[in-house]
Amino acid sequence: MSGLLEVAGLRAAYGATRVLHGMDFQLAERSITALLGANGAGKTTTLRAICGMVRTEGEVRFAAKRIDGRRTEDIARLGIAHVPDGRGTFLHLTTEENLRLGAYVRKDRAAFARDLERMYGYFPRLKERRRQQAGTLSGGEQQMLAVSRALMLAPKLMLLDEPSFGLAPLVVRELFAILRAINAESGVAMLLVEQNAAMALELADHAYVIETGRVVRAGSAADIKCDDAVRRAYLGY
Amino acid sequence: MEAVMFQLLAGLATGSIYASLALALVMIYQATHLVNFAQGEMAMFATYLAWSLINAGMGYWPAFCLTVLGAFVLGVLIERIVIRPVENAPVLAVVVVFIGLLVILNSVAGWIFSYTIKSFPSPFPPALGLRYMSPHQVGALLVTLLVLALLYVFFRFTPLGLAMRAAAENPVSSRLVGIRVGWMLALGWGLAAAVGAVAGMMVAPIVYLDPNMMSGILLYAFAAALLGGIDSPGGAVLGGLVVGVLENLLGAFVIGNELKLVVALVLIVGVLLVRPSGFFGSVQVSRV
Repeated sequence: MSGLLEVAGLRAAYGATRVLHGMDFQLAERSITALLGANGAGKTTTLRAICGMVRTEGEVRFAAKRIDGRRTEDIARLGIAHVPDGRGTFLHLTTEENLRLGAYVRKDRAAFARDLERMYGYFPRLKERRRQQAGTLSGGEQQMLAVSRALMLAPKLMLLDEPSFGLAPLVVRELFAILRAINAESGVAMLLVEQNAAMALELADHAYVIETGRVVRAGSAADIKCDDAVRRAYLGY
Repeated sequence: MEAVMFQLLAGLATGSIYASLALALVMIYQATHLVNFAQGEMAMFATYLAWSLINAGMGYWPAFCLTVLGAFVLGVLIERIVIRPVENAPVLAVVVVFIGLLVILNSVAGWIFSYTIKSFPSPFPPALGLRYMSPHQVGALLVTLLVLALLYVFFRFTPLGLAMRAAAENPVSSRLVGIRVGWMLALGWGLAAAVGAVAGMMVAPIVYLDPNMMSGILLYAFAAALLGGIDSPGGAVLGGLVVGVLENLLGAFVIGNELKLVVALVLIVGVLLVRPSGFFGSVQVSRV
């Protein structure tokens, strides 16, 4: 299997604190893969490592090309969009300016206009608030904005860091349904980090369970869901 | 009444110059959260460049354009070479670098061009004069308003302007959408230097050209930027005009010309004591 993203022996540290101790995993084109794990297991760091936001050792290949050690902005330009922890909203800019920035590296104006309408189609609330300062949006709206901003890059791969964080269950359900639709429509692959394991496993095709910076279990989402240890630890039944 | 009108309009003219220098300060502040103490000396240096070009026989406006371009390049180079290495250094280290820049630019200018005061030409024809305003005052007001309008259009309506605002507000997110943040900061320094150069060339016929010409002006620009809110471009412009008018009226009718600079100091201390965010400074609305 030649995956869209291949990670081998990935290590990362914040100062003297090692967080990733050799992660190995892959992600197929058009697939949705979930990374599950407890707080501090290294989920967010894994995503940050892929984007070159922390110093790493080991290999990261995207579309068969090495991307480890490259700059964050160059990795984004290859078509990897990151919906970061905390949403990364440009709070003082308007909703529409946030979306414009998402498409900053794309030069095709017609495609931009089309995609903007597409986002407003997925999230009509954003259209209502297009001229509003993004800092005044609610948490759920900001999460929608973060997802839309990432999609405006027309990415091949999306990294989603806890998209459900701080959202009401109903909003989470809506957001995940839209993510699934986007994946089916445009074939953008997604690497999803979640604490809400049950929701993540419903959405994902494939899942990895990580513990203290290592992959401890891998399999299809259905298999992982049935795994006794995983069920007890992360699904709570 | 005549006299008041005269001072008021003269205040607007110098105020517009303070406004553009204040705007240069705000541009750097938004990106670095620090006040560039060397902003005035950068403008002074650029003005000397214009003076040299004009003295070498170049026409005023070609020299003007070349100077603005040269100042832009100088600003970019200063960011790349001097500021970049201290990007993540503690605040005081950066402040020391700014002050170092100030002293170096001042001394180098004195060394190359000497400390003798030189006159600097005004390019505006006498026909531009109004009843209460000299041709240079009208011209300086027009030129600075044009510069401010151009900047507004650039930042508000162009993708590059938007990217620069984004890079100043949230560098991490900017990198994630592919913006080359380092270059945006360098561009910001270039633009600030170019705006400062215009301010320098507009003020030089009034205060004359010497290596210390901008120290007073920079103080007024500080006051203007603080009054408007140090992170508000619109506020800086309004602050500049207010400071210019206030300085002129108080200087002419209340405290006398010798104490004019005190107005700026009182304003700076007063704003910091009473309303540190100025008129328009970061009234931040955010919800979590």
